[in-house]
Amino acid sequence: MANTLFDKIWDRHVVQHVEDGPEQLYIDRLYCHEVTSPQAFDGMRKRGIKCFRPGNIFCMPDHNTPTHDQDKPIEDPVGKTQVDTLARNAREFGLEHFGMMDPKNGIIHVVGPERGLSLPGMTIVCGDSHTSTHGAMGAVAFGIGTSEVEMVLASQCILQQKPKSMRINIEGKLGKDVTAKDVALYLMSKLTTSGATGYFVEYSGEAIRNLSMEGRLTLCNLSIEMGARGGFIAPDEVTLEYIKGREYAPVGDDWTKAVEYWKTLKSGDDAVFDKELTFNAGEIEPFVTYGTNPGMGMGINESIPTLDTIPEAGKASFVKSLEYMGFNPGQKLIGTPVDYVFLGACTNGRIEDFRAFASIVKGRRKSDNVTAWLVPGSWMVFDQIKEEGLDRTLEDAGFEIRQPGCSACLAMNDDKIPSGKLSVSTSNRNFEGRQGPGARTVLASPLVAAAAAVTGVITDPRTM
Amino acid sequence: MKQKFNVITSTCVPLPLENVDTDQIIPARFLKATTREESFFGENLFRDWRYNPDGSLNGDFVLNNPRYSGEILVAGKNFGSGSSREHAAWAIAGYGFRVVISSFFADIHKNNELNNFVLPVVVSESFLSRLFESIDKDPKTVVVVDLPNQTVTNKANGDCETFEINGYKKYCLMNALDDIDFLLENKDRTLAWETTAKE
Repeated sequence: MANTLFDKIWDRHVVQHVEDGPEQLYIDRLYCHEVTSPQAFDGMRKRGIKCFRPGNIFCMPDHNTPTHDQDKPIEDPVGKTQVDTLARNAREFGLEHFGMMDPKNGIIHVVGPERGLSLPGMTIVCGDSHTSTHGAMGAVAFGIGTSEVEMVLASQCILQQKPKSMRINIEGKLGKDVTAKDVALYLMSKLTTSGATGYFVEYSGEAIRNLSMEGRLTLCNLSIEMGARGGFIAPDEVTLEYIKGREYAPVGDDWTKAVEYWKTLKSGDDAVFDKELTFNAGEIEPFVTYGTNPGMGMGINESIPTLDTIPEAGKASFVKSLEYMGFNPGQKLIGTPVDYVFLGACTNGRIEDFRAFASIVKGRRKSDNVTAWLVPGSWMVFDQIKEEGLDRTLEDAGFEIRQPGCSACLAMNDDKIPSGKLSVSTSNRNFEGRQGPGARTVLASPLVAAAAAVTGVITDPRTM
Repeated sequence: MKQKFNVITSTCVPLPLENVDTDQIIPARFLKATTREESFFGENLFRDWRYNPDGSLNGDFVLNNPRYSGEILVAGKNFGSGSSREHAAWAIAGYGFRVVISSFFADIHKNNELNNFVLPVVVSESFLSRLFESIDKDPKTVVVVDLPNQTVTNKANGDCETFEINGYKKYCLMNALDDIDFLLENKDRTLAWETTAKE
């Protein structure tokens, strides 16, 4: 009996169970960006076939887009080719395409929800692991590989083993300056980066219900960093309020009908999960990472673990990681000098993140030792920053707002953190070289990033 | 690359690190290709571990150690975490690996390997650590991966385990068929689902 919300959405989309194999799952929404789609479109051409349901597919470049002068051609010829190829493929296959400078352009995982393209109850995929973000809308959303992108282009379906279900409850209230990002980093530190592999996670509990839509998107975005295929939150009044009136959201009778269905999207009281975990919100502090995977995190005032606390099989990776970061076991990070601050990415590039950053830097000045890149997740966020006058607050404090895109999260454009430099970043991964070859990344919330940007060192925002 | 998979008997390349993420397997700056030439991705497999920042070979990295070679990569647990980039699987295939053995794989990467006819073989922690020991003692240690019988055997110490793979995927690998072939053949079912869903 399907009694978890995950079961309800997944089972409804099963076209067939393949004998002794996976399930054929119908996909409501496919997003394509320029990096993981060209080979899929090539495959379609080689097979001589068209898209099965072009109306369900939306394309936009985000990884390669520069964060300045987007009205001019991209300087990097290879990046330009990739962006142009997406536009050409979208035209050839008859798909909607939000190109650079299109007011609808931005990071796919910011644009989908903010345009009302990602809706409760949907199955959503994209050749990008952070597709889990859209789960915040109450959808089953997950990242796939390029072969799987081709499957959806060709048939609007993929073959997939059904993941197991997990519920994570965060009970109680979050403390001052503790954000959704800190909740996610805390969970990863508890579960490790593989603790939820094989599972789809439903987040619930008082602290989750109290999160804004932006916070929920941040939390679900980071589900993949615990290894989970996806994470989602049952739709409630906060969700409906957020969706209503958005460009692609249903209207009129369609809205009424949709809401009626969306209200049924919750796990039953007797729902049984393959795994269930409960945490106390009050125990979560503002978090920072100290290593080279997102699970290597700690409360901002804590010390890096000592080697004797690390299991034998993990010691080599732990030592390699700290050597790369230039940190020592047992060391505290508070007060560590910072070279770069990055605010943005599909994790923390939304309006609430800019409001949070501005709240700390207001009336202060950017540290002269810090280079700061503030990159909105989309043009919609960019415009809202201006509407709310946050741009003036930020500019008065010595910051500039750049143009939208993935930017320094994975440094595919020219926003690369130089080798050896320490970056406090609101993005999602602190892997070796992620923000540029040799770059050292400390993941944190927009509040921690802002505190670092004005003090020049890792600082607890609660002391500001 | 579509190719039939049956039994692989080979020496191994050991990578005894945990949580090897796909950014390490193939860094983002090599994702700009718009074609699927596996040789290009293979040349850049583990690029930043294989080469020093000045472009010279890093002699300490296992792929540059002439003692180790073969079609089987043996890696620590949680292999392929992070980004969904299939380029990581293309790089592994392009380098010439046909099997990756680990005690744990990240989900998306595991699917990507299978979709590229590279077989991810999940073994127990003890099989894995004993295999690392065997290879450390003798780099010519041979492992047999038998897909029809779903067994993996360390010829040096005799350890043998069965591994899991669903019957559908096993059939695909053994017959060089991919999921798209299957889905295109099943369009009628998709159409039927769409009709029911609208009701």
